[in-house]
Amino acid sequence: MKSCSGLEKVLTEGRFAVTAEIGPPKHASAEKIIEYAKMLKGWVDAVNITDNQTAIVRLSSIAAGVHLYNNGVEPVIQVTCRDRNRIAMQSDLMGAYSLGMCNVLCLSGDHQKFGNHPQAKNVYDVDSIQLIDMVRGMRDDKKFQCGEDIKEHQPKYFIGAVANPFADPFEFRVLRLEKKINAGADFIQTQSIFDMNRFEKFMNMVRQRGLHKKVHILAGVTPLKSARAARFIQKNVAGMIVPDEVIERMEKVEDQKGEGIKIATEQIQQLKKIEGVAGVHIMAINWEDMVPEIVEKAGLKNY
Amino acid sequence: MIIAEPKPIQEVAEYIKEYHKVLVVGCGGCTSVCLSGGETEADILATSLRILRKKEGQKLETVVTTATRQCEPEFIDGLKELVDEAEAVISLGCGVGVQFLAERFQEKWVLPALNTILAGGTVQPGQWEERCGLCGDCQLHLTGGICPVIRCAKSIQNGPCGGSQNGVCEISTEMPCAWQLIYEKLTVLNRLDLMLAYRPAKDWSKERSGGPRKMKREDAAL
Ligand code: SF4
Repeated sequence: MKSCSGLEKVLTEGRFAVTAEIGPPKHASAEKIIEYAKMLKGWVDAVNITDNQTAIVRLSSIAAGVHLYNNGVEPVIQVTCRDRNRIAMQSDLMGAYSLGMCNVLCLSGDHQKFGNHPQAKNVYDVDSIQLIDMVRGMRDDKKFQCGEDIKEHQPKYFIGAVANPFADPFEFRVLRLEKKINAGADFIQTQSIFDMNRFEKFMNMVRQRGLHKKVHILAGVTPLKSARAARFIQKNVAGMIVPDEVIERMEKVEDQKGEGIKIATEQIQQLKKIEGVAGVHIMAINWEDMVPEIVEKAGLKNY
Repeated sequence: MIIAEPKPIQEVAEYIKEYHKVLVVGCGGCTSVCLSGGETEADILATSLRILRKKEGQKLETVVTTATRQCEPEFIDGLKELVDEAEAVISLGCGVGVQFLAERFQEKWVLPALNTILAGGTVQPGQWEERCGLCGDCQLHLTGGICPVIRCAKSIQNGPCGGSQNGVCEISTEMPCAWQLIYEKLTVLNRLDLMLAYRPAKDWSKERSGGPRKMKREDAAL
């Protein structure tokens, strides 16, 4: 084992992993996070905490991670490159590790333009791949990014990265994934999948390059709440693809929420059959309480 | 070249509200080429300021002149007499011009008439775009001549990020994704290997993060 992560254990043992995701609140109380922890405990292997997602200020992902950890849920802290330079990132990574965090997900982060502080200055001192390399260097080379030794107590993270099969240029996406693996990614969580054909094509290329043997890929699943929400994502969210047929399917039924859960459940069952998919990452945005039901219906509860 | 745009006239009028005689200095360099700070623009600004003042029932005297380039001491030394006669100076140079004037004429307020925005060029008449981030460590040989430092909204070195779709950047459908452009160019050049290679964290100390920068050339020194 490279890290202290329970998620690493599940994945190396070859068990199909389930992770979920929560967004911390826009206030300073842990109440809601603790509620989520109690609700998700036993249903998933780890829970991501977003790092000021969509550039909206929220309770910090590390602090939220500590609340999950204290309530029996393994956190995956997300770290974006938007708000911190390499000095702050390494400092926070060590601090978080000292508080019991073992999983980190490294990502670029959404541009601040669409957040609640569009006047902010962004950092992007390092990019997501350089961040992965930095976390790996701290663990494996026992060095800070500058090359100086970390003489003792190196933070040993299980290193996650994201992959977006729905962004362009499509052919390059698998190659970029390979860059992330080479930089040190141990596991991958993909963007929410709605276009199964494109994902299958992506996985095909992944297998051709043998990447599924080098990294654990968790496929992203997002239950759609309504046809309207689906249409919104299709039109307005960069880097996502929602095929018309999914929206049409939602439109046809009265119980759209129920249909959304059904589609997500079916997707998970399909994803489970794809060679190289090591687990699923359920991103039920503002709908976190549905996660246990989805896990149950998809037949993934193995406790 | 440096591209600058005029500040709103009210803003400039506000800067000089306590003065009655100002010198308006155009620049014959970059800001003249981008039609923001040349002779003509200096004249228009002076006239507009006088009209605004007149509307308030007050008087403003303006003297207009244009320096060949405000960023060269030899071209601004000659302004001394005019500067002495004025209560304040308005510069239509870029940020460099304003500062060169302010440094040269210590006892005077030198006020900016422009917002300096970018280092770029003319893409079509009346349209200028940013091309250089002045990072002090040019990597264009690795990116097919397209700069990710300034043209990617996140200055990503190993792009494109997950927000790149249909050729445009996640921040605007009007803005091409720099890394998509790099990808296309390197494909044409048959050098995609450059994009596969990991680019380590950039040394930003050569950029303004390292403090104000200097360049010296012994052979050009007097
Ligand atoms: S979409 Fe392209 S240009 Fe925009 S931030 Fe991402 S990589 Fe940079």
